[in-house]
Amino acid sequence: MEFRTFVFFFLSGVLLLAALRVITARNPVHAALYLVLAFFSASGIWMLLQAEFLAMALILVYVGAVMVLFLFVVMMLDINLDRLREGFWSYLPLGSIIALLMVAEMALVLGGRQLGLLESSVRQATTEDSNVQAVGRLLFTDYVYPFELASVILLVGIVAAVALTQREKRKNKAVSPGQQVFVKWKDRVRVLSMPAEKRDN
Amino acid sequence: MVEALQAMLQGLFGPVYPLVWTVLKIVLIIAPLLLGVAYLTFVERKVIGWMQVRIGPNRVGPWGLIQPIADGLKLLLKEVVIPTGADKSVFLLAPMFAFAPALAAWAVIPFTDHLVLADVDASLLYIMSVTSIGVYGIILSGWASNSKYAFLGSMRSAAQMISYEVAMGLALVVVLMVSNSLNLGDIVQGQGKGYFAENGIGFLSWNWLPLLPMFVVYLVAIVAETNRAPFDLAEGESEIVGFHVEYSGMAFAVFFLAEYANMILVSTLTSILFLGGWLSPVGFLPDGIFWLFVKISAVLFIFLWVRATYPRYRYDQIMRLGWKVFIPLCLIWLVVVGCWMMSPLNIWQ
Repeated sequence: MEFRTFVFFFLSGVLLLAALRVITARNPVHAALYLVLAFFSASGIWMLLQAEFLAMALILVYVGAVMVLFLFVVMMLDINLDRLREGFWSYLPLGSIIALLMVAEMALVLGGRQLGLLESSVRQATTEDSNVQAVGRLLFTDYVYPFELASVILLVGIVAAVALTQREKRKNKAVSPGQQVFVKWKDRVRVLSMPAEKRDN
Repeated sequence: MVEALQAMLQGLFGPVYPLVWTVLKIVLIIAPLLLGVAYLTFVERKVIGWMQVRIGPNRVGPWGLIQPIADGLKLLLKEVVIPTGADKSVFLLAPMFAFAPALAAWAVIPFTDHLVLADVDASLLYIMSVTSIGVYGIILSGWASNSKYAFLGSMRSAAQMISYEVAMGLALVVVLMVSNSLNLGDIVQGQGKGYFAENGIGFLSWNWLPLLPMFVVYLVAIVAETNRAPFDLAEGESEIVGFHVEYSGMAFAVFFLAEYANMILVSTLTSILFLGGWLSPVGFLPDGIFWLFVKISAVLFIFLWVRATYPRYRYDQIMRLGWKVFIPLCLIWLVVVGCWMMSPLNIWQ
C-alpha cells in the first residue's frame, strides 16, 4: 500500500468516527469538539488533494472562529438531556424525511462520476502557480460579482444581528473614553491643608 | 558532515529513513525551543528585577541559572487537583490545546533562506490557522473546570484573543500585499530589495518603516494575543479571575509554557514579517541566522519591558482598543497601501 493511500484511509477513518460521535455524543460540548476533529480530518484530506488554500481556510474560519462561537453558545445553554429526549417520537417523521433527502443528495454527489456531473468547465489550477494565487485570481476576475454579492449578504447579516440585539437603548454607565482622557487631577482630588494637632496634656 | 550523517541514517533505517530524518529535524527545532521557553522565564525575572532595582533569582546555581529547572521540577512533583464535577478528559486536554499550536507553527518558520523544515507556499496562512486553534485551550479549560469564575474568565480571554486576531490578521494582509507572497521566505527576501538596501542601509527597507502603523498595531496585538501584561486579565487574581484558577501543578505549568512558547513564536514572526528576518541591517555585514536571533531577542525584550512598565488594562478598554481603534486603523491603512501600490510611487516592484 502506498503511503498516500494509508494517509487517506487514516484521515477518512478518523473523519467518519468523529462525524459519528458528533451525533451520538450525549454531551453537546463533546459533540462540538468531535466536529472540530472532523473539520481537521477533512482539511487533511483536502491537503492530500493539494487544495491547500481550502484546507487552511477550513481550519482558519471554521475551527478558529465559527466553532469557537458555537462552543460559546453551547456552553452557555443550560441543556437538560432528558428533556431533549422527550419529543423523540413526535419529531421522528420530520427527521426521517430530512434524513432521506440528505441520503438522496449524497447519492447524487457520490454517484456523480457515473452520471457525468463532475465534468465542469471551470479551469483547473495550473501547477506552477500556488493554489492561493489561482483561487484569488479566479475570485477577483471571473467570479468578482458573485464574490462581492456574497460579501454584501454577509455584511447585511452582521448589521441585522447588531440591530436585533441593540433595539432598546443600552443602559450603560460607562464614561466615554473621550471624557476620561481629559480628566485633570483637580477635578477629582481636593487637597486639604490641616495644621498638625498637638497632644493635649 | 550533514551528508555523511544522512548516508549513515539511510543505511541504518532503509525505507523509513525520510520519517526518521524529519523527526530528527523536528527534535532539533523543538528541543532548543523548550530550552528557550525555560530560560525566557528566567530572563524575564532577571530583567524585570533589574528594572525594579532588585536582583531577581540568584539562589539556585551560579547567578540563579538553574532556577527554571528547579521551578519545572517543583511543578512536576505537585499534585494536579481535578475539581469535583469537572469534565476530566476535557480538563486535561485543554492545556495541550493551548500548547500544541505554539509548537506546530514552527514547522514553516524559515531560519535562513534554505534552513526551513517545510517550505510550503502558503506558510503564513498555515501559521494563522494553526495559531487560531490556541483559543480552544482557553475556552475548554474554563468550561471543564466546572466553576463559574473560571468560565467567565475563559469567556473574557477568548473574546480578547478573537478580537485581536482580527486586527493581527488585517496587519498581516497588508504585509502579504506588499510582499506579493504568502511564503515567509519570500516575504523576507522581498524586504532585502529597494533603494535603501542597494545603498547598504538595508534596515530602512524592511517592512517596519513603510508599514509603520501596521508594525505598531501588530506589536500591540501580539502582546494581547499572548495574554501578556498589560493585557493579562487572566492573571489579575486580585480584581478579576482568569480561566486557569482551577488548575494546579503541571497542568497549570503547561498553560505558562504555552504562553512563553507563543511569545517566542510571535517574536519570530515579527522579526520575519517586519524586521527582515535573517537579513543584515547594514550592507557590509553578512546575512545570517545570527541576525534573526538578535531580532527575536529584541522583540522578546520589548515584551518584558512593557510588562515592567504599564499597569493592567480594564476589560472594556481592551475591547475598545481592539475593535474601535486597531481594526479601523488597519482597514484604512489597507486602502492606503493598496492605492500606494497602484500609484507610480510604488516602492514594492
